[in-house]
Amino acid sequence: MQIPADLKYAKSHEWARLADDGLVTVGITDHAQELLGDIVFLELPEVGKVVARGEECAVVESVKAASDIYAPVAGEIVAVNQQPVDRPEMVNEDAYAAWLFRIKPDNAADINDLLDADGYQQVIDAEE
Amino acid sequence: MGKRTPLYASHVAAGARIVDFAGWDMPLHYGSQIEEHHAVRRGAGMFDVSHMLIVDVRRAGARPFLRRLLANNVDKLTLPGKALYTCMLLPDGGVLDDLIVYHFAEDDFRIVVNAGTADKDLAWLSLQAERFDAELSITPRRDLAMIAVQGPQARPAVWQAVPGTEEATAGLKPFSAARIGEMLIARTGYTGEDGFELMVPVKAAPFVWQALAEAGVKPIGLGARDTLRLEAGMNLYGQDMDENVSPLESGLAWTVDLASARDFVGKAALRALQPVRQLTGLLLLDAGVLRGHQKVRTPHGEGEITSGTFSPTIGKSIALARLPLQSAAGEVVEVEVRGRRLRAQVVKPPFVRNGKILI
Repeated sequence: MQIPADLKYAKSHEWARLADDGLVTVGITDHAQELLGDIVFLELPEVGKVVARGEECAVVESVKAASDIYAPVAGEIVAVNQQPVDRPEMVNEDAYAAWLFRIKPDNAADINDLLDADGYQQVIDAEE
Repeated sequence: MGKRTPLYASHVAAGARIVDFAGWDMPLHYGSQIEEHHAVRRGAGMFDVSHMLIVDVRRAGARPFLRRLLANNVDKLTLPGKALYTCMLLPDGGVLDDLIVYHFAEDDFRIVVNAGTADKDLAWLSLQAERFDAELSITPRRDLAMIAVQGPQARPAVWQAVPGTEEATAGLKPFSAARIGEMLIARTGYTGEDGFELMVPVKAAPFVWQALAEAGVKPIGLGARDTLRLEAGMNLYGQDMDENVSPLESGLAWTVDLASARDFVGKAALRALQPVRQLTGLLLLDAGVLRGHQKVRTPHGEGEITSGTFSPTIGKSIALARLPLQSAAGEVVEVEVRGRRLRAQVVKPPFVRNGKILI
């Protein structure tokens, strides 16, 4: 199971990356896709939607179960990735490449409140 | 830690994700549930179903006992080796369990019941047997393991893996079984595909499993077992029917023999009841996934999904749903899915049989 060191993580199993353009890209972790199993349906937010931190803003459904995806930082949804909507198994194949949406954060520094790779590893260890 | 079948170590060695199922540590999948599903539809897959309970009903009175206890009529079983699917009902007509009963001789029957209901079934059988006839023996067979091998290539794979089985089972018709020493091979299953269910001594189970794997049979977890049975339009006890619903409102009227003069537990209650609901199928027209307990709105009133999933064979979501009796195939209904209303079409199960989409 991969937990890239250059990403930030939420306890609810989203990863987030702050890019130079100030936008935060969000997806689900490798651990999350493994728990869910074969993913068959994604419901992504509308572009322009304003989300609070921790707000439900997307749904990932596997054959087995539906899982809510929460916004790791507050801000506005400025882009969604249509590719995994059309081919949901992309998330199983590479959860860090198959990003789900981008947020223009109200405050870019909020990303520092998320876990680093070590902190996220501890969250997973505590679950098992 | 839950109870473990004789094949637990085989599952772990094969990389299974283990989950709790009715108190048993069982394989959910061995990597990809969807690939396992396709393996059964296209080739051959094997399921460890040793958590189900085999019970032998023997000695004088076995047939009259089962004639009274089971909603389907065991008198349909005249040839040795014939099997019958049936419900076992409570006096109020609720479904205590669904099971398969095998007939070998007048004083020798075998039933196979669900894992989650095994304890209450045994208690019920023992109680009824005491009232019925002291001669009867009710023997749980935890000394036997059970492996289902399913798919278009399943039977040849069994013949290749287990020497001596082809001669004994090549002529076996669906819902029939043959005994080979301590082994029982039945042409039954829970996937909508051809295949066998093997009952073997516990100590032989890992070797049979290994031999099947070497014959190209893929191990299949409970995840694919559920999508396969749902595509096949087969009920799952505890989801699609239970003690609180009548078999007549669970798509099981065909298994209930109300016509003959025979009396059975639950018959009077069923005769007094006029069904107002039916268990039927749904195909989701919009994008999304149907799940159990979602509310269905029809022109004739509300209903509820009992089992829903994504169908790997069809590529869309399907469900079994308990709907008003007036709902007919072709009708478009609305399902409340996570705060949205999605359109679904009423369809008559099964959705898939023998690899072919039927809807």
